[in-house]
Amino acid sequence: MSETQTEKKDFGQAVLEEIIPPPKEGAPKKNIWKSISIPLLAILTGLLIGAVMIAATSSTVWAAFGVSIWKGFGTAFSEIGTAYQALFTGAIGDPVRIIQALSSGDAKEIRLALNPFLESLVQSTPYIFTGLAVAVGFRSGLFNIGVEGQLFIGAAAATYVGYAITGLPGFIHMPLALFAGALGGAFWAFIPGFLKAKTGGHEVINTIMLNWIAFRLTEWLLSGPMTRPGSGGMPLSPIIQKTAEIPQFFKSPIRFHLGFFIALFVAWLINWLLFKTTWGLNLRTVGTNPRAAKYAGLSTTKSIITAMTISGALAGTAGAVQILAVNRSMALGLSSGYGFDSIALALIGNNTPLGVILASLLFGTLRNGATRMMVVSAIPIDIVDVIQAIILMFVAAPAIIRAIYRLKKPGKEEETIFLSGWGGK
Amino acid sequence: MAPILELRGITKQFPGVLANDHIDLTLNKGEILALLGENGAGKSTLMNILYGLYQPDEGEILINGEVVRIDSPTDAINQGIGMVHQHFMLIPVFTVTENVMLGNESVKPGGFLDRPSAAQRIHEISSRYKLEVNPGDYVRDLPVGVQQRVEIIKLLYRNAEILIFDEPTAVLTPQEADELFGIMRSLVEQGKSIIFITHKLREVLAIANRVVIIRRGKVVGETTPEVADKNTLAAMMVGREVNLVVKKKATTPGDVVCSISNLVVADKLQNVVVDDVSLDIRAGEILGVAGVQGNGQTELVEAITGLTKATSGKITLLGQDISKATPRQITELGSAHVPEDRQADGLVLPFPVAENLVLCSYHLAPFSKGVILQYPVILETAEKLIQDFDIRTPGALTPVGSLSGGNQQKVIIARELSRPIQFLVASQPTRGLDVGSIEYIHKRIEQKREEGCAVLLVSPELDEIMELSDRIAVMYRGKVLAVVPNKGVSKEYIGLLMAGVVPEEPLEFSEETEVEATL
Repeated sequence: MSETQTEKKDFGQAVLEEIIPPPKEGAPKKNIWKSISIPLLAILTGLLIGAVMIAATSSTVWAAFGVSIWKGFGTAFSEIGTAYQALFTGAIGDPVRIIQALSSGDAKEIRLALNPFLESLVQSTPYIFTGLAVAVGFRSGLFNIGVEGQLFIGAAAATYVGYAITGLPGFIHMPLALFAGALGGAFWAFIPGFLKAKTGGHEVINTIMLNWIAFRLTEWLLSGPMTRPGSGGMPLSPIIQKTAEIPQFFKSPIRFHLGFFIALFVAWLINWLLFKTTWGLNLRTVGTNPRAAKYAGLSTTKSIITAMTISGALAGTAGAVQILAVNRSMALGLSSGYGFDSIALALIGNNTPLGVILASLLFGTLRNGATRMMVVSAIPIDIVDVIQAIILMFVAAPAIIRAIYRLKKPGKEEETIFLSGWGGK
Repeated sequence: MAPILELRGITKQFPGVLANDHIDLTLNKGEILALLGENGAGKSTLMNILYGLYQPDEGEILINGEVVRIDSPTDAINQGIGMVHQHFMLIPVFTVTENVMLGNESVKPGGFLDRPSAAQRIHEISSRYKLEVNPGDYVRDLPVGVQQRVEIIKLLYRNAEILIFDEPTAVLTPQEADELFGIMRSLVEQGKSIIFITHKLREVLAIANRVVIIRRGKVVGETTPEVADKNTLAAMMVGREVNLVVKKKATTPGDVVCSISNLVVADKLQNVVVDDVSLDIRAGEILGVAGVQGNGQTELVEAITGLTKATSGKITLLGQDISKATPRQITELGSAHVPEDRQADGLVLPFPVAENLVLCSYHLAPFSKGVILQYPVILETAEKLIQDFDIRTPGALTPVGSLSGGNQQKVIIARELSRPIQFLVASQPTRGLDVGSIEYIHKRIEQKREEGCAVLLVSPELDEIMELSDRIAVMYRGKVLAVVPNKGVSKEYIGLLMAGVVPEEPLEFSEETEVEATL
């Protein structure tokens, strides 16, 4: 194209387009390598910088450098090696052990050898739900920062239904508890959705505030009305009924559970909803261009409320699944920031359900591997967190990776130049 | 003496497009050179090369006879080349002085900004070229025309000798455009040289000393306004004869399709912007609403299409009261709306062409069954409309935002006119489009009229109104001052009404009208 139609864009729009790239639905997948090269390079770069950090923060390495430079480097490499080996075996499993188990043919041994991998899937499950929650919001033009709070409310609702109702068969009780969780989250997100649609109150502010209300409310619930008898005022709920449990497939310590497949199904459902139905086109139109939506006769009010409610239901389900499948009772340490990580997750996944699944697997695997890395090597947990954050930062900000490796943004390069004007460099 | 600027054999290849094909161009000192071409002809590419944004694959640039290399806008500025972009690059919350200084700040010892001396220079420049800009004003408070002058000051402040104006009138009212032409003349009188990029023929004839026409990346001709007229220019630009006057078939207006009575619309601040308007639009006629932009036309259209609610008054469409109806109800009654701002209202730019083509009807059969979208049907329909309406797009799945302005508008036209409609509201349907697209869209609207559709055409371009309408309503400050038949009425008469003057004499019939009513 020789002349590009310069679009009127204000800064906010430009930022939004940067974080929400235009959808490419239906477009032929051009080059798979291109689409995965950036995440791969991001992980690699993150690991490289992480390696430097591991070496730089290790007192053993410093001590070795005191002896001689070569000893210093040697120790540094072995420390880094140990750490990353632990990260890998923690996340995927020990290849040697897996091969031995497979050749021995002992089913129990195979399961145990594969457990790190299965555990990564367990860790990924809540991310899939929360990532979808944020993605549905983004697609509909809403920034749901309240996923964490909705997750807590959903978890509390599922917990209550899980322990307070007795005498139901499992095939009713478990879905009911799950549904209660979705409903709780949906309600908690409906509030800011309603406020945004009817009063224009900004969802970012309202969801942040509702997060705090949700945290304190569950704290009160868990130490008051929903407390476990004999917990001595500790914020801890009773254990849910067996009938409410989402089944785990194997015996302890393997925690791999049905919730993972529920997550995959829900992702498929959301994909169908967003991209195959009139409802989804409604939401996406309102989210992408509210003025055109109004022109086309769509109700922005309805769309905002619907989108928030769906988003909240997904967040609530995340909490419910954690309770019903993994924790089996509710404590305050339920979430390690799933709701907040999921914002990065949705962006990495380009706000598509498939992208969210892939990003969630990356998150879950990293998390899981990091735990082992912490145990095996003497790396402090803070450094583990830092390495994780660096990897995620690079994945989330492809521009940095492109700049480092001088990759071209396909087809965009010539256009971006239009932005520079007078006084530009 | 060597010309101030010379381009020799400039060639630029983009993937799949030869944007500039060995272009030679000279600009003499003190002249206004118009660069005329359709959207996509390669004008902007050429100017971006000159401005250092692109590097040519071949060819050289000479300034005052010497070969120069321009790698960035900063280089261009240092060579005395400045560009006024179509969309301004100003910071609204800064003052004129601050905007002009930005990137080239005068400082006092210690690194403090020296606003007074900058303001003084701006004042000098402003009065020397009759720009009438007050350095202390905030840019956000300035009308568009004045903002553009701030852009010009930015160039002059940096001692630009060659000024490139990229479609400068696209955002201006006719009056502001005339003022701009005055400024351009005073600039060349004082020794500056101007390249004026446009696709508006009238402007070329009004202001240029010399015209170079570009088509498909090549220079296809050069002429002067003295020997050229609109028809020859249009033909050179498009590459074939262009009918600037739509042949209108005589039709007999039928029943009233849309009736507006005593309509009052208030804006957000409760100012009355449509003031007691009554209009009837009949089947098989085009009622043109003329008026300078911002005299209530936008709000009138919004009220008719259900986007705003009227304060009082009544609108009936095909016998039904639609004063309280929603946009979708009105659409489903058999009405179509080509919105004023196609990118803001009419399209969802990141969405594919196909989805944009069903934007108003995807909830209906056959595009959806229940809630499930029937993408095969949607795609099939899109392919057909792309054919029928000659939309130039790589495919039905291309995001509509990547099409040219003319083709974006064709997407809207295709969507709105392909439905069975009895009423069409077209608001500035050809804004910012090139001659070829204008001709095409006018033909389509005329075709709807012949089919018996009632058409309400709103446009600030008086020529467009006079060319297409059967009757003309003139709006001024929210009121319809007069509704006159478009037969024998002079442009001057309408022009007076547009300025709010109601001529006392009855209609003067002028022999010229037929000739005047061209593009």
